[in-house]
Amino acid sequence: MKLFLKFDFNTVSKKVLEFKFNEFNIKHKILGFGEVELLKKLTSDEYETLEASLNDYGIEIVENEKSILVQKIKDAIVDMVFNEDTNVNVKSSVYLSERLGHSYGYLSNLFSEVTFSSVENFMIIQKIEYSKQLLLNTDLTLTEIAFKLNYSSVAHLSTQFKNTTGITPSAFQRIIFKRRDIAQQKNNSLH
Amino acid sequence: MQNDYIHLILADDDEDDRLFFTDAFSELKMNTRVNTFNDGVELMNYLNKEDALMPNVLFLDLNMPKKTGIECLIEIKANTKMSGIAIVIYSTSASEEDIEKTFVLGANIYIKKPGDFKKLKKVLSEVVSINWQYHTNSLNKDNFLLRL
Repeated sequence: MKLFLKFDFNTVSKKVLEFKFNEFNIKHKILGFGEVELLKKLTSDEYETLEASLNDYGIEIVENEKSILVQKIKDAIVDMVFNEDTNVNVKSSVYLSERLGHSYGYLSNLFSEVTFSSVENFMIIQKIEYSKQLLLNTDLTLTEIAFKLNYSSVAHLSTQFKNTTGITPSAFQRIIFKRRDIAQQKNNSLH
Repeated sequence: MQNDYIHLILADDDEDDRLFFTDAFSELKMNTRVNTFNDGVELMNYLNKEDALMPNVLFLDLNMPKKTGIECLIEIKANTKMSGIAIVIYSTSASEEDIEKTFVLGANIYIKKPGDFKKLKKVLSEVVSINWQYHTNSLNKDNFLLRL
């Protein structure tokens, strides 16, 4: 006996992906053809097993070397800003080129090309992000935060905060605290 | 990353503003898809559909007939399905009261509609690229406030 089959490749591929990701217990969203968003980061071991297992089905993970290097630049900056043990006595451009083994000019051009943004800009965003966290979750004053983040003065941080977010640090703090109050009230009225 | 596109929605009852908005994005280099709605009711009907594609960024005019931007904002924030959307208030008003009120209600960005097209393009590209940073760099969205 012979069967004649007609395939819908879209469905087949989707089912295989679903099956594989579920097998490895990876929470995911299939975004469209050939694109999957993972809801958590994989360790390099998990990544390798997944890759090998997908290869069995003729599925290849596309890696773009440029994107990977950009990710490394980002990780290095985040580490520098958020991790106080990381040595920040050197200039950030020196730090990046030493850590990643490329000239700063190369890294910075690549970064702009891939992200439509710049290394400097990314660094400012991360610093402001960290100062937001400190404003909301610690009792540190803005002056203490400026010192902690290596700003030359509190005015410098305050200006950069305003330029980056459009609002002052104190307005930011007030708005988020008000949001929390409202959420708290809602919670209380539910119980 | 380069193949990704950003899905944007604008709800605004002013036809010219909708046109400027879509034109601005078509002239920017970013890969975007733009949908527009004429009022708050139309917008919420779309978002509440079972299979609706949620936008990455939603631009809300404040003064719209039938349902205002603020009413939409409150509904969206109360709906867990829509909690991932970055909300931009896109308004002719720049009153401090409106700004603080919408931020407190959960808006992420407040834009006063710029007077000329060049500025509009600049502002919109800034919004999308900063939002993209939040999207791709796991920054804390709860702390995302921006006024332009």
